[in-house]
Amino acid sequence: MLTIATGNKAVAVAVKAAKPGVVAAYPITPQTEIVEQIAEYVTDGDLESRYVPVESEHSAMAACIGASVAGVRAFTATSSHGLLYMHEMVHWAAGARLPVVMANVNRALGPGWNTWAEHTDAFSQRDTGWLQVFVGTVQEAYDATLMAFRIAEDERVLLPVMVNLDGFALSHIMQSLDTVDIGDFLPPYRLPHAIDTENPCGYGPMTGPADYFRFRWDIERSMRDARGVIAEVEQEFRERFGRSYGPTEDYRCEDADVIVVAMGTLGKEAEVAIDRLRDEGIRAGSMRLRWFRPFPDLDLAGREVVVIDRDYSFGFGGVVAHSIRSKTGIVPYSVIAGLGGQEVTYNDIADFVRNRRPGEETWFGVNDHV
Amino acid sequence: MYEIRIHSRGGQGGVTAAKLLALAAFRDGKYATACPFYGAERRGAPVVSFVRIDGEPIKIYSQIHEPDLVIVLDTSIMDVVDVLQGLKTDGTVLLNSAHPLPGCNGASLHVDLTGIALATNLVVAGSPILNTPVLGALAKMGIVTLPSAEKAIREMFADERNVKAAKVAYEELKA
Repeated sequence: MLTIATGNKAVAVAVKAAKPGVVAAYPITPQTEIVEQIAEYVTDGDLESRYVPVESEHSAMAACIGASVAGVRAFTATSSHGLLYMHEMVHWAAGARLPVVMANVNRALGPGWNTWAEHTDAFSQRDTGWLQVFVGTVQEAYDATLMAFRIAEDERVLLPVMVNLDGFALSHIMQSLDTVDIGDFLPPYRLPHAIDTENPCGYGPMTGPADYFRFRWDIERSMRDARGVIAEVEQEFRERFGRSYGPTEDYRCEDADVIVVAMGTLGKEAEVAIDRLRDEGIRAGSMRLRWFRPFPDLDLAGREVVVIDRDYSFGFGGVVAHSIRSKTGIVPYSVIAGLGGQEVTYNDIADFVRNRRPGEETWFGVNDHV
Repeated sequence: MYEIRIHSRGGQGGVTAAKLLALAAFRDGKYATACPFYGAERRGAPVVSFVRIDGEPIKIYSQIHEPDLVIVLDTSIMDVVDVLQGLKTDGTVLLNSAHPLPGCNGASLHVDLTGIALATNLVVAGSPILNTPVLGALAKMGIVTLPSAEKAIREMFADERNVKAAKVAYEELKA
């Protein structure tokens, strides 16, 4: 059904269709309308789920872990400081191999106090073992949330998935949304290694130096397998529902001399910049990076690359720029832009390309030459 | 692409007006986005919302810097905010006012939305509701069709007085 909705609503509608057995959430700021909407579904009887309002994000993830260990599908949503507050449990969910799905509305971290879009919150969970996907439209927020459950629950993966959407820019914008009858795309789920709640007993999961690394390696093996699983699920989604996704969304890249790499809404707006640049005779393309973990293999050989990072790793550089340098060997022009919701228009993005300085790093609004 | 910037004060319904307008455009079969610019919102503070309408999917998320249309739901804001900033040379201003205002020459339209809301008894918590009547004015201007405006209002509000106020604004605006 074609309708118009915010990014928050799109995630909530997808979760309703996924029918999680448990939704746990801390209901106060920095929480979003995602869980508010889900609470309404549960109250109105539109979603049969145990909705657990908890006292902190740490407890929200702990409740999802408990629900998942008991075998059921579990979901939570958070944002910025809420994500950081649950950090310990974020590691635990992945280590325990639990296919929890979480929506994270990407917002900047204080101080200075700021509630606008930035990706540093999600990147701060980079090494937890969660899969991370970043979406660029309201439709994609819905589609990616549905696919997240399938990918997480695949026995070759069994790792949690974080669906990231830009704060305000995407969480609060109204755009068209086509919702579907998902049929058996997400059949009822039972965790293969669920505990037997009929026969309660205790385990001490102490894992000594002789074994611990094996569990870590198993996470990495699943991360590597996840690339293929993601491709399979995205292909099945395309066959069933007609919408196509991949590790990146490429726009006019085929003959491009220079490619803009960005994530989230900036990656979508970059396409408008590309059209302007093409009109000027600059052969530019854009590559919106969707999956951050597992990090995809990117075909950028022989191109100049401009990376827009809506994040920063202090004392090092833009996280995406350095990831691309590390994965491809290409030394990009690194632009740090959009931090804390800093206004970045398609004209600005076109300027980044026009004024590119390969190998250098520029902070938009700080350095003079952008 | 047609780009609209709505100026109002927190609590006056500017954000909802943007959503209603996008929904009405969507019901007309067009693509539309509505995005409020959230700041440190509080009642009475100047707020701004953006609406884009196009025949193609809209990929732009940044703010609207050169609007085709500026809507001012509270003209007292014009003392503190330059509502005309960036307005296209052939752009239009729509004011919630019983009279034309000096300084808004060119394509400046006005309609007394506050008076219409009060006359229709469309008042919530002591404040006249402006976001549904303004949709009638926008229909008169041809931004959306009147049937889609009515449909959008009914999708979001059960109270028929909202539709009635929109129809009055449609009649009263001299476009």
